[in-house]
Amino acid sequence: MLKLLKQIAVVGIKTEAPPRPDATLRVTGERLQDEILRAFGGSLAIRHVDAGSCNGCELEIHMLNNAYYNIEGLGIKFVASPRHADMLLVTGPVSRNMETALKRTYVAVPDPKLVVAVGDCGCTGGIFGESYASCGRVANVIPVDVAVPGCPPTPIALMQGILTAIATKRPA
Amino acid sequence: MAPANPFDGLGLDLAPVRSAVPAWRTRVEADKLREACIALAARDGRLVALWGADERDRDGGFALHLTVAVDGALLWLSVPLPEAAPHYPDLSDVFLCAGRMQRATYDLLGIRATAADPIANDQRPWLRHAAWPGDVFPLRRDFPISRVYANGLDDYAFVAVAGDGVHEIPVGPVHAGTIEPGHFRFSIIGEKVLRLEERLGYKHKAIDKLFEGRDLLSGSRLAGRVSGDSTVAYAWAYAMAVEGLARIDLPPRALWLRALALERERIANHLGDLGYLGNDGGLAFGLAQFMRLKEDVLRLNAEVFGHRYLMDYVVPGGVARNAGRHGCDQLAEQCDALEREVQILKDIYDDHAGLQDRFLTCGRLAPELAKRLGVLGFAARASGQALDLRAQPAFEPYDRLGVEPHIHEEGDVAARVTVRFEEIFESLRLVRTITADLPLGEIAAPFATLAGSARGLGRVEGWRGEAMIALEAEGGVIRRCHAHDPSWQNWPALEHAILGNIVPDFPLINKSFNLSYAGQDL
Repeated sequence: MLKLLKQIAVVGIKTEAPPRPDATLRVTGERLQDEILRAFGGSLAIRHVDAGSCNGCELEIHMLNNAYYNIEGLGIKFVASPRHADMLLVTGPVSRNMETALKRTYVAVPDPKLVVAVGDCGCTGGIFGESYASCGRVANVIPVDVAVPGCPPTPIALMQGILTAIATKRPA
Repeated sequence: MAPANPFDGLGLDLAPVRSAVPAWRTRVEADKLREACIALAARDGRLVALWGADERDRDGGFALHLTVAVDGALLWLSVPLPEAAPHYPDLSDVFLCAGRMQRATYDLLGIRATAADPIANDQRPWLRHAAWPGDVFPLRRDFPISRVYANGLDDYAFVAVAGDGVHEIPVGPVHAGTIEPGHFRFSIIGEKVLRLEERLGYKHKAIDKLFEGRDLLSGSRLAGRVSGDSTVAYAWAYAMAVEGLARIDLPPRALWLRALALERERIANHLGDLGYLGNDGGLAFGLAQFMRLKEDVLRLNAEVFGHRYLMDYVVPGGVARNAGRHGCDQLAEQCDALEREVQILKDIYDDHAGLQDRFLTCGRLAPELAKRLGVLGFAARASGQALDLRAQPAFEPYDRLGVEPHIHEEGDVAARVTVRFEEIFESLRLVRTITADLPLGEIAAPFATLAGSARGLGRVEGWRGEAMIALEAEGGVIRRCHAHDPSWQNWPALEHAILGNIVPDFPLINKSFNLSYAGQDL
């Protein structure tokens, strides 16, 4: 136990300053009405859905939760069920085998809800495109508010995308 | 000098495959296939991969392909199948891991494994859910990749367990954490798992089909996205296949830089998983600490190699970017820091009674079973199997670096945790050696497009296990490329490892293997 406490003390606080929201990542600004965003009440619950990625984007979503980015410190939390979520963070081209599951997950999120499409594949279908097995970009299957490009997008880019989606909650 | 050939005396006509790993090709008729496979299994042969190809434009039929490894060498068997009767004998009793690969091959190409005993021969679809009809085979050459069918209702016949008090827990495809999609069907009594049945294929996105028609250079980008956490392993296996068929000899520096990237990938993945294993065992401290270390690794990757996960670093002919003296010094310095910190965390994990109580005897995969299932990678090494392509056949540059596999017999979560710790230390040693002794010279060989038809093969020991690429090209354009993930072998092992354990231990056991969905679903 002593070793454990010592390690915590020696490592100290690693958290860095979060990035600023980025207006260029906005896809459908109009959808983010102030009154909808007020409903989130200062905190945001995210449900991640992997709709067919290579697993690269998931690695970076995991890294969002590390001490450097400390996303929970910003009031943003990953939850286990879409029914607890305000936002879906969707990765991958949407494989046809995940199309139904993604639509159902979207329906299960209570209104008002936000969707952030993650990665080049989530934005455009990426290298996998559209085919007998892939629906392509996330917006082909469910409505998308913000799309974050990158292969995979860095944790900073992901944070920017999430913050952009909720930015109008607190108009500058 | 030709390497020793463990396939002599099987009565097969062998032709060597030009590759950085020892491999031979042979042609076998379908009615002789079982006999050949039984003979190979008797020599401790392991099925590495099984796939198919549409050859109707060439010889009016299909082909079944298998690769079987004996003592680090590989035999690539090709079986011609007539279009009128595209059948071959079921091999799932000879090689237990063959079943799902046979089902996937049928879903994509319509070539069927048949058995005298229909109960033993599982013919349920594997990669096909409801996105295309059962009489349509998308990997056939006359099927256009853009043809789309309306998604139907997926109705999979899970095996039901009956009895007093038995009930089922369906989990997935959307899981509770940030995890890839797949379905687990638990049949339980009380908390105890009587049976776990996996249903995968949710991520199928036509990777094999997407390879077709690409030029050899651009295929590398796709290979590096078969399974994002193993991008170096796949890109290297793919490059190895290309370099074999295009007869490219690599400058030593390129090979050493590839090994540097591969070991960094191994370190990053093991660090992340050790964090999650602590977390799933109730020690959130472990997650916070290991994820911090992993972030340090990724940041230095971005600085030295230009990408946090080293995507597109390995390219056919060499690597995309040099690591200079300064970069090497930074990498070596990080080795010292990581070694110190990981040792502290290992001591904390080892001394933590609560954590060890969760790890020890949990999710045990006995060595004998691991061998029969053909399990690969660190999971195999934690179950007594001395398998590591870096040690045997010790492909370049590992023949110079000398890797000793870390073997444990217990096969439980604790053993897989121990192997991961030991492999981090071993990889740190390798990174130090590479950065100190990196040969001078070019980082890539000139890439020349080749005329005519040729085949290539690549095998690389990624952090999870063996990644294999089998490639056929015509005039510099890919005709067929198959990527094989070690998860094909290891997923069925997870179904066994969970037996008799309780449901709440599943996340821990699952994480201790951390298998790829994307790599299996293709």
